[in-house]
Amino acid sequence: MAIGGAKVKSIGAAQSPLLGLAMFSPAVLYILLLIGAPFLLAIFYAFSDARIGSTQLHYVGLENFRSILQSPSFKKALQNSIIFTVVAQIVVLVCSNILSIALEKPFRGRGLVRFLILLPWVAPVSLGTIGWKWILDSIYSVITWVLIWLGFVNRFSPPMWLGEEKLAMASVILVHCWRLIPFSTVILLAGRTAIPREIPEAAAIDGAGFWRTLFQINLPIMTPILGVAVLFGTIFTFTDMTVVYILTNGGPYDSTQTLPNLAFTQGIQGSDLAAGAAISVFLVPVLVIIAYLMLRVAHRAEVA
Amino acid sequence: MAVVETRKLTKVFKEGEIGAVNEVDLETREGEFLVFLGPSGSGKTTLLRMIAGLERPTAGEILIGGKVVNDLTPRERRIAMVFQSYALYPHLSVYNNIAFPLKAQNVPKHTHKEKVQWAASLLGIGNLLQRKPRELSGGERQRVALARAIVREPSVFLLDEPLSNLDAKLRLAAREELERFHRRVGTTTIYVTHDQVEAMAMGDRVMVLNKGMVRQIGTPKEVYDDPADTFVATFLGSPPMNLIENDGITVGFRPEHFRLAEDIRESAKVNFKFRVENVEYLGAEFILAGILQGGKADGKNVIARLLLGHNFEIGTTYDFAVPERHLKFFDRTTEQKSPARPLTWQ
Repeated sequence: MAIGGAKVKSIGAAQSPLLGLAMFSPAVLYILLLIGAPFLLAIFYAFSDARIGSTQLHYVGLENFRSILQSPSFKKALQNSIIFTVVAQIVVLVCSNILSIALEKPFRGRGLVRFLILLPWVAPVSLGTIGWKWILDSIYSVITWVLIWLGFVNRFSPPMWLGEEKLAMASVILVHCWRLIPFSTVILLAGRTAIPREIPEAAAIDGAGFWRTLFQINLPIMTPILGVAVLFGTIFTFTDMTVVYILTNGGPYDSTQTLPNLAFTQGIQGSDLAAGAAISVFLVPVLVIIAYLMLRVAHRAEVA
Repeated sequence: MAVVETRKLTKVFKEGEIGAVNEVDLETREGEFLVFLGPSGSGKTTLLRMIAGLERPTAGEILIGGKVVNDLTPRERRIAMVFQSYALYPHLSVYNNIAFPLKAQNVPKHTHKEKVQWAASLLGIGNLLQRKPRELSGGERQRVALARAIVREPSVFLLDEPLSNLDAKLRLAAREELERFHRRVGTTTIYVTHDQVEAMAMGDRVMVLNKGMVRQIGTPKEVYDDPADTFVATFLGSPPMNLIENDGITVGFRPEHFRLAEDIRESAKVNFKFRVENVEYLGAEFILAGILQGGKADGKNVIARLLLGHNFEIGTTYDFAVPERHLKFFDRTTEQKSPARPLTWQ
């Protein structure tokens, strides 16, 4: 059977050598045109003085990078991006771990719960975030309404979820978590079900309780898959501008400004293409380093 | 060391279905090697898992050392278990695998090293302590699993088909090693297997299970020579016992007792005409498959197992016989053992 199958395949390839090319060229075209070209263009702009409305273009070397590094709003945005990413990843890891443990054992309605948990990931980010904008609105917030009703909050000075620096930051992190938890849960659930049932059972027989089994057995075995979840989560959070753009647009006073949103604000809205490009490109080496470290952790855990 | 007892122990996985384990009563003896033997799906592993505390019984009681342990966690039962897959912790070194039960049960830390080395040397794996499980062979993994089980000096050992992942040659060596190991530590051991040879070779007693019910408990000799019902009679022995119906009763005899009439000295014997249909030469013996001719048993398929010394032709009919004392009797409807009685065969 296997030999027969291989033969058929090779005959097919021999008959139309262009078939393989035709099959993968859409993917290559897509990546080249929509990701590769803009990426190269951004690198090119980052070393130039490109502005919207100007047809002149000069090479300026590292001038753009020098200037953004001196700008306080860039420093603030970099700091925020890191805070958002790190805090959101910690919250996401804890929550998705709890969820994956809860969803592992079968119970009535598990399928429905799994579906509901996956919804935030399936829904378009912008749509979900607009929903959150209303939930966190200064006048119509349901959260405030519930808190007033429960008596936790004074009706006449309700919290401004998106209008106070600390609360705005917490709100942005909350929405990031809401969006990433389903994704992370699905990955961790897969990692958890891949552990042979006998291993936690052996731990139980050896006398390990819930926490010891979790931290000394299950999580260490899941390290590679945790690495993947963190890697994707980090990149999704670090590069995301939808949540910040819709909820706060960086405000109040740059307190929730992030690098992607700053790049958009300066480069497109502020017409300074070169500065925007420099801010965007600035992220690339950082993300490459993160990705490299994560993959190494995952690989080492696998080998060990 | 302790005795394991179960009383009417039952496990039903889905309501309304037949139980995986049904009202099992058993009592191990101090320090004995008890084997649960049965085909797959007979409930032997479920029974073991209930004793271990990994599966909750639907009904009945489990006692270890005279105490009801139904509501105790595996940890509180002070048992050790070796899994079919060994279930070594893949991310921990052999040393840390063996030390894990000590850590988990809060054994004073300064004694760990000594205990791990004691367990490792008992199983001859002292040189492997720094390796990871993936760097070990099947036999070595099994020894690590055993060392991990013995290190906390449990009161009962539970072994779930620990040899089934080894190749045939290694299995024999590992079997002998397990027997020697049991003699040395003398801990009460329950061993699950579907391999009758393993069961016969290792067990002080064998408990034969089928469809979640105990068919017989006894020494290997008892279950082989005096099977309680037709299931035990045909499950043990290879080839299995021949069963023939006559005068409203099932009569059984082992292939090795079905021999050429001239070779049987005893006068109390039942004679058959046996037409050989197939001959298997196995080196030290023949396996003959054939058909009985004439009399009440005419046309029945039976198997004979003979030592070398004769030549048999396919298609030829020979005079065979079974000594009467080797005939076993079973009730036709209940399939249970039934008292011997005189029969006419012609």
